[in-house]
Amino acid sequence: MESIKDLFDEHDVLHKLKHYLPAQASLKDFVHHNTLHAFQHLKFHEALHQASQIFGYKTYLSLAEFRALFQEGKIREDVLDNVIQEKKGESELSVWKERLLQHNYSATATSRVGRLRVFWKEKYKINLDKIVHPFLFKLLSAYLDQGISIWAFPVDNKDFLNSIREMEQNELISIFKTSRPRKLLMEGQCSLKSLLKILVGDEELFEQYLFDQQFSHPGWAGMVSVIEHQPETLLDRRTITLHDLIYLELLLEIDALDHKFGQEWEPIGSKVAAFPDPLFQVGAINELEEVLILWQEAFEWSYYDDVLKGVSPSPASENDQKKSFQALFCIDDREYSLRRYIESVDNQSDTFGTPGFFGVEFFFQPEHSKFYTKACPAPVTPKYLIREEARRNSRQKDPHYTKRSHLPFQGWLITQTLGFWSALKLFLNIFKPSISPATSYSFQHMDKHSRLSIENEGEQVDGMQVGFTVEEMAERVGNTLRSIGLVKDFAPLIYVVGHGASSVNNTHYAGYDCGACCGRPGAVNARVFSYMANLTAVREQLRKDGLDIPEDVVFVGAMHDTTRDEIEFYDEEVLTSSQEVSHQHNQVVFEKALALNAKERSRRFDTVNTQKQLAKLHKDVKRRSVSLFEPRPELNHATNSLCIVGRGSLTKNVFLDRRPFMNSYDYRIDPEGKYLLTILNAAAPVCGGINLEYYFSRVDNEKLGAGTKLPHNVIGLFAVANGVDGDLRPGLPSQMIEVHDPIRLMFVVEHYPDVVLKTIQANPATYEWFINEWVYLVVKDPETGQIYKFFNGEFKVYQTLRSTLQKVSDVNTYIENYLDNIPVLITD
Amino acid sequence: MESFVHLFLMIPLVGFIISLFIPGKRESVISNVAFTTVGATLLGGMIFISIWVLRLMPMLNVRDISLYTAPGYDFFLDFYFDKVSAVYLMVGAVLTFLVTIYSRYYLHRESGYKRFFNTVLFFYLGFNVTVLAGNFETLFIGWEILGLSSFLLIAFYRKRYLPVKNALKVFAIYRIGDVGILLAMWMSHHLWHENVTFMKLNNYELVHEVLQSHSAIGIFISVMIVIAAAAKSAQFPFSAWLPRAMEGPTPSSAIFYGSLSVHIGAFLLLRTFPFWEHQPVVHWFIVAIGVITAVLGSIIARVQPTVKSQIAYASMAQIGIIFIEIAAGWHTLALIHFAGNSFLRTYQLLTSPSVVTYLIREQFYDFTPRRKYHENAFMKRLKYAVYLLSIKEWHLDSVVFTFFFKPLKKMRTALSFLTVKNVLYFFVPICLIGFDLAYLNEVGGVLKQYLPVILAATALIMVIKAYNERSSSRLAWLCIVTAHFFIDLGIAFNHHFDGRETFVYLSGVVMSGIIGYISLYRVKAMEHHGIGLNEFHGLVSQYPRTAFIFLMSCLGLAGFPITTTFFGEDVILTHVHEDQFALAVLVALTFIINGIALIRIYARVFLGANSRTYHEQADLTS
Repeated sequence: MESIKDLFDEHDVLHKLKHYLPAQASLKDFVHHNTLHAFQHLKFHEALHQASQIFGYKTYLSLAEFRALFQEGKIREDVLDNVIQEKKGESELSVWKERLLQHNYSATATSRVGRLRVFWKEKYKINLDKIVHPFLFKLLSAYLDQGISIWAFPVDNKDFLNSIREMEQNELISIFKTSRPRKLLMEGQCSLKSLLKILVGDEELFEQYLFDQQFSHPGWAGMVSVIEHQPETLLDRRTITLHDLIYLELLLEIDALDHKFGQEWEPIGSKVAAFPDPLFQVGAINELEEVLILWQEAFEWSYYDDVLKGVSPSPASENDQKKSFQALFCIDDREYSLRRYIESVDNQSDTFGTPGFFGVEFFFQPEHSKFYTKACPAPVTPKYLIREEARRNSRQKDPHYTKRSHLPFQGWLITQTLGFWSALKLFLNIFKPSISPATSYSFQHMDKHSRLSIENEGEQVDGMQVGFTVEEMAERVGNTLRSIGLVKDFAPLIYVVGHGASSVNNTHYAGYDCGACCGRPGAVNARVFSYMANLTAVREQLRKDGLDIPEDVVFVGAMHDTTRDEIEFYDEEVLTSSQEVSHQHNQVVFEKALALNAKERSRRFDTVNTQKQLAKLHKDVKRRSVSLFEPRPELNHATNSLCIVGRGSLTKNVFLDRRPFMNSYDYRIDPEGKYLLTILNAAAPVCGGINLEYYFSRVDNEKLGAGTKLPHNVIGLFAVANGVDGDLRPGLPSQMIEVHDPIRLMFVVEHYPDVVLKTIQANPATYEWFINEWVYLVVKDPETGQIYKFFNGEFKVYQTLRSTLQKVSDVNTYIENYLDNIPVLITD
Repeated sequence: MESFVHLFLMIPLVGFIISLFIPGKRESVISNVAFTTVGATLLGGMIFISIWVLRLMPMLNVRDISLYTAPGYDFFLDFYFDKVSAVYLMVGAVLTFLVTIYSRYYLHRESGYKRFFNTVLFFYLGFNVTVLAGNFETLFIGWEILGLSSFLLIAFYRKRYLPVKNALKVFAIYRIGDVGILLAMWMSHHLWHENVTFMKLNNYELVHEVLQSHSAIGIFISVMIVIAAAAKSAQFPFSAWLPRAMEGPTPSSAIFYGSLSVHIGAFLLLRTFPFWEHQPVVHWFIVAIGVITAVLGSIIARVQPTVKSQIAYASMAQIGIIFIEIAAGWHTLALIHFAGNSFLRTYQLLTSPSVVTYLIREQFYDFTPRRKYHENAFMKRLKYAVYLLSIKEWHLDSVVFTFFFKPLKKMRTALSFLTVKNVLYFFVPICLIGFDLAYLNEVGGVLKQYLPVILAATALIMVIKAYNERSSSRLAWLCIVTAHFFIDLGIAFNHHFDGRETFVYLSGVVMSGIIGYISLYRVKAMEHHGIGLNEFHGLVSQYPRTAFIFLMSCLGLAGFPITTTFFGEDVILTHVHEDQFALAVLVALTFIINGIALIRIYARVFLGANSRTYHEQADLTS
């Protein structure tokens, strides 16, 4: 006899729910990721189709927006024709073109989720969400609060449900209005299943009900599920599970129903005549979606085609001149334009891109701090600790943030004294913004003059090793240098430049810092790497392994503030006097490049006049970064669309706006693709994740993004919501994505197609990104210069449609009047 | 010197009107108009007040045009300037000026940029009218503008559910406060036999003499004033609206709900102080409200896990203390406290997103795990109980609802017999017969005594029906129009009420009624589906023009100072005798619920999420 499987498997359904809920961690750990990660096992378009059918997300731009882009020439007609012909066949061109350009489609938003619980409203005339949500959210935020409330949650060291139980024991005030749910809670015997039995009745509907319920507040449900699995995302730890949340929510729903109808009401299942369509069995792609897919690809290739035209001529012969200096930057798209300016201001300099933690992974503990911060990509858990010692600058305080002003008597005093001071502060903030204790200031993360415990002396703390041994250092330095192809022709000074960002009044500040350093400024990593690479013992070890760095070469750590376009150098005292002289010279180059970079960025800034004199303009950009009233301190990763893995010569004469991530790589020292695999393993999820988060926040800013940030209210220091009783808003606010063109990321790799194919297939997780088309992959054969496009598991030759690109000699002047994305240009 | 007071009204008025005609895309022109308007008022204020101070701060009174006169009735605009006006005017100008500049950049590229500045200027106009008003009638104009602009600012994100819902909630509470003002106006008219100016209230002998013989009336008026002040200043028991008003862009929350709007209640008390100065009961009443709010507000503020709600509760607790100061007669202190609290809360709200950076950093460096200490079981239970109660905001959110709106909602089923047909075929003829009786063929006897109350009650039932209506928006509309007719009829039986007054009152009603009905009819015809009131339809983006016209006709019907109905409402009340308490309450309630029902229709039809388009849509509770 076969055992009958339960219709409702609690564990199974919870697991499934967590899979589909938003996975954004708390604000301080904001790291970009693919918003629709749950669908990543499917092909891109199929995934978007399912996501939109099941959850009602909008997954493409609207038809009207695409048509407008076509009118403006941002979608090219030749590319459009080409895409239609490729996908639908040549004979279908005119039919589909008519559909794309003229046909009217009536489109209404539908979603599978929510179809069961809607009966509460329709049949019972009760709006459960309106009754239950505000109180539920308040309990959750009170429990999880990290330090906004003055009177913290009174039960300590218990998990959520048990804390609620303990509170409920007070016998004076109950969280419920009726007795039945209270009894159910206090007896603590019943399972989700038995509660669902009361509410829903029919077991077949349980899963649908839970999806309906949790997706009526995806923000909170997602946050709880994240905290369940990464409790470290809250500094003041809390124990909460999605199960607990659902349990309490079901009880509160029973409470609301009991309150309205007494205990005699029929479960919702009894009122359902026909079962709603199963959640996860969606129909086929309809014609409108097919039209949108064609538009989407035409939009993407209208840009890619130009890019590929720009990178396809065989690379300029390598410059064998002696280098004045070299600089390592993060692969971040914001560093690309700065690198471009450095190389043009000093054409003997050379820059490289590599993930901004520079291959050294550790936890960092600033002096006097009570916690460690991760200084490497989020999925990595380092075994090393770097401590900061002898910090010189001290932390400043601002009495305006004191919670005392919220107490009656102290508040009485404070309002009549400090109150007037705040009018003056507001005045100054508006007319003369400056750095204040409230600013998230990148250079504050680590003090320039402090010492770091980089060399291991046998000390262990909390299961971590303090500092690195010589072998561990040499391994990391060697790997990083080899992966970017910097194995010979060292310049006398090599800068290692991390990056961070400064902003004020910005709840998403962590998203502005270095993603490869887990949303922190990358200064520590740059400094640690330089220190390691300068150690004699490490150099010797490296020499044994075949990497010879001459003695007179010195590494200098630095950090670039991407919002202010400022740079700070570390440990300059190691420089000899002759190095000091060239360093002085190089600093001038950096300053000039930074100012030019500020100018290029300013073309999109409403408050800065791009035509202003360079020094004044740079000042304006700096001031903007600390202005309270500026919701866009910088535009962050907006417009990102490329990831270029290859030698610098590949893009030497092309202007790509600020759109590519750049990872330096030399195929010649990596014929097997060993380093390439490491690069792609990191770059596909990191850059792809950033790109897709921007994509989805842009196409559906309400459901997949955070909406406009202007009404946001900070909840418990870990998230934002609209107003005081709204759901949490994960995703990106509209101010971050409005200038972003939602196109997928295209990887351009310089290597032989067969090597690249073998490489990407080596890691299934990485391969999934490419084979399922969440990112595009294009390979440039370094010998023939031929371009190959990866599609359906193989590489095919790609012929660019564009015959010539516009040539511009002075880009910095050319861009002055450009507000939109700048087309691909040829410079030289 | 007096006439310069007009500047502070004319500049915002002109600025507001100009701002209405600028195309929405011209961000810099819009913000420049706002900047110039508020900046000019600020500058003018500084010069004016300096001169005024040099002249030893005389009390100024400007009697302006009579907008409407009838025998025994004179509705005139009057402005008054003293220390209180000066402080409110300056704090208002400084904060609005700073926030205007702030918002100029902060709202860059936000859809609704123009709407925001329109509403801010409108609010500013209302604020200035209120703080410079010289009599209740003028103050009421400003008061109404504040209420409406608050609704519009809270519902700024009008396509989302929560802002619209909360805006309706706040508007409803404001309207309850308005009952206070209406009844105070009614009674004070009978007390003084004129529309008394605030200037006159300063005359101690006069006030003293009048109150000596009418102490009960005096207390009634004062209590009504205090209720109005408490509602506007989020005092007990009206407190819970304040945190819920934080739905608009942060700068608007900062100056309106953090500072200017919530302190208007305190202003009303300061302004009417000479009137209730010698009524100890009123002092204790105010002190009680202040103490309860200060205590509850600060306890609730302690447990708030969100920045904005914490500031809201903390601010209202301070206003509670300001109420106490006013009742104690420490007016200079109250004014300093008002200014300080306004500046501080504005600043705290504007920088509220920064707390993440600041407090996380503080936690990062200063975190200490919680101490464990043992308490006895009773203390623990008490602590949990108080904590839970505070998380529940001491039920303040539901208290007004339970006592005021729930009884109204309960009448829904009882009133289900009212349908479009009933109203048209039954109530309209009754109305016509009534007019015939009232104006042409006089009825007399006992009937005449009871008719006014019966008719006013019918009017009240009509608006309650409109408030409760779930399906037909046009039925609700019709009920509201009919209610006005019943009110007019009731008063016509009550007192000699001539045709001219009826014309003044009903012309606005008829005009707005017809325009509004046509708007609803047209929208329904275009939409091919019902526009029932059971859900939000969010049609404002499809029919922005109709939505605006409909809003105007709602305001016309609600007695907003844009049609003659505004005077009509005031005139009506003067015809209710001072001993007809029941009638006065019925009429005032009808006016109040009428306003709520109207804004509800507007919100349900034009605001909220539209489920029928392929727009990006917010989740219900986001």
